[in-house]
This record gives sequence, structure tokens and C-alpha cells, in this order.
Amino acid sequence: MAHHAHSDAHHGDHHGESHSHGSFKSYMIGFVLSVILTAIPFWLVMTGGLDSRVATILSVTGFAIVQIIVHVYFFLHVTSDSEQGWTMTAGVFTLVVVGIMVSGSVWVMFNMNENMMPAHDMVLGNPEGVVQSE
Amino acid sequence: MSTVTLPEDGSFHLTEEPHHPEGGNTMLGFWIYLMSDCLIFAVLFATYAVLGGSYAAGPDPKELFDLDLIAVNTAMLLFSSITYGFAMLAMQKHNSNQVIGWLLVTAVFGAAFLGIELYEFHHLIHEGAGPQRSAFLSAFFLLVGTHGLHVTFGMIWLFTLVIQTRKFGLTSAMQRRLSCLSLFWHFLDVIWIGVFSFVYLVRMI
Repeated sequence: MAHHAHSDAHHGDHHGESHSHGSFKSYMIGFVLSVILTAIPFWLVMTGGLDSRVATILSVTGFAIVQIIVHVYFFLHVTSDSEQGWTMTAGVFTLVVVGIMVSGSVWVMFNMNENMMPAHDMVLGNPEGVVQSE
Repeated sequence: MSTVTLPEDGSFHLTEEPHHPEGGNTMLGFWIYLMSDCLIFAVLFATYAVLGGSYAAGPDPKELFDLDLIAVNTAMLLFSSITYGFAMLAMQKHNSNQVIGWLLVTAVFGAAFLGIELYEFHHLIHEGAGPQRSAFLSAFFLLVGTHGLHVTFGMIWLFTLVIQTRKFGLTSAMQRRLSCLSLFWHFLDVIWIGVFSFVYLVRMI
């Protein structure tokens, strides 16, 4: 499916140039989609968001991910056959590393903050820091 | 598929290097560079995610960020993306004047983006919310500033290519350079999607 959309843009290419350029139509589709995918999250947050805070955060995240895919496909022209698949391979590898790094950092630091945070009531009322037995 | 044909002269190595056109690997190489740049931004995003809640009793995002300004800024970068796309289409038609024209339009939008960002930074620092105020603001200035620095260098590169296109015309080397800047410019827009979503919008909810 991803291979067909750009096939009309390849006519003028020299043999051996495997990067695709895109056409006026594909740039405009990408642009219109980007505008829509940018406007919705801004509108969502500016008008106060959904009822649930988590749902708003998840939808903003979702729109961001879809828009990134739109940009990569319509503007950066990364498809599974560009440069014999090496751009896609490098991109997926980077994505995996980024995913591990970001989610790992957030996970580790969140747990550290949770566990290292001095429990205020304990320290204030009880200099020894001993938990009162019931 | 499984049968291996032996070379007739009995040699198992390539007697001649396969012919590569000059610059044939440039686009892939530049893509690899962009991926490494992507890792830099990933680290900065992770830093912001970890430190973003450490206000040190200072101002929080809701007191500081102006979403209208960010929306205008986002629009500037998005317009500059599509006008660079038009420059690439003009390049395919080998119309160098049109390429230069669209590059200059892109530069105007890029300059507007940088101007708004500098205004925002100036405003924040003026309010006492500079990078030294809290860990949140340090991470904020580092991430958004790094992106802005990339756009600044993209602008320098863009003007260099405008001059070179005037001088050399759309030779294959120039087409390669324009394609590289195209990747760079659209890549910065992709990073900006992450910035406006996770640095601004999510923190304003």
C-alpha cells in the first residue's frame, strides 16, 4: 500500500536514485493533514480539554504520533523501499532506542522519586523517623 | 536462488569496485545523521519529562506558557515546511528561480518562528523565569533552545544554498544539497510536533 502512492513521482528519476521526491498532491495532502492534526489538540487544550485529564493527555499524544507519521511519510518520504529499505531500518532502530531511553528514564526516575521522597509527616512529627506502631 | 554461480576466472572477490555515482550514499548518510540528532532530542525530551515537575517553588507551565503564541509559532513552522516542499517541486521542474523564491519564502517563515521564540524566551527571562530558576525551566530552555539552534543553523544553510543555487544553477550536487536541507528542515518540524505536544500542550491540561 505504501509503495503505490509515490509511484507516479518516480517517472523523471534517474536510474539508481532511490529517494523519492513526492508530488504537489502528496505535499498538499500532508500539509492539510498536519494542519488538522495540529489544530485539534490545540483546540482541545485551549477549550479546557476532555472531562478526564488522562483522556486529554492520551488524545494529545495520539494526535502527535499520527502527525509524526504523516510528516515522515509525506514530507520526509520514508517508505519501506527508499534506499533499499535502509532509511526505514535506521528509523525503526532509532525509534526502538528512543522508546527504551525515554520510557526507561521516566520509569526509573518516577520510582526513585516515589521511594526516596521523605515522608513529610514522618520526619516532622517524629525526628527518629520511626514509624509509629499501631 | 540457492545455486551459486562461480566466477569464470576462479576469483571470489570483486575484481573491480562496483560503480557508485558520486554522492550516491549522501542521502542515506544524512538520514543516519538525522537519526543520531533524533537521539539527542530524545535525551532532552527524557530530561524534560523527568525534571518537568520540579518547579523549586517557582512558576509552573500554566503561569508561564501562552498557547496562542505557541499556536502561531507552530503555524509558522508548518508553513515553512510546505513552502520548502514547493521549493523541492520546483527543483524537480529544474526551475532555479522558483527554487530560490520558495527558499526565501521558507526563510521568512523560519525567521518569524525564531523571532517569536526569542520573544518568548526574552519574556520568560524578563519575568524571572530564566533557565536558572528551576530544574523545570532548565530542561525547558535546553530542549526548546536546542531546537531553536537547529532552526538557526538551518537558516544559515538555507541562505548558503540560495547563494549557491544562484551561482551554480541546479546541478546534481546542488540538488543533493537541497534534498539534504529538505530532510533537515522537515525533521525539525517533526521534532517541533513533539515539543508543542509534550512540552506545552500536555503541561497546560
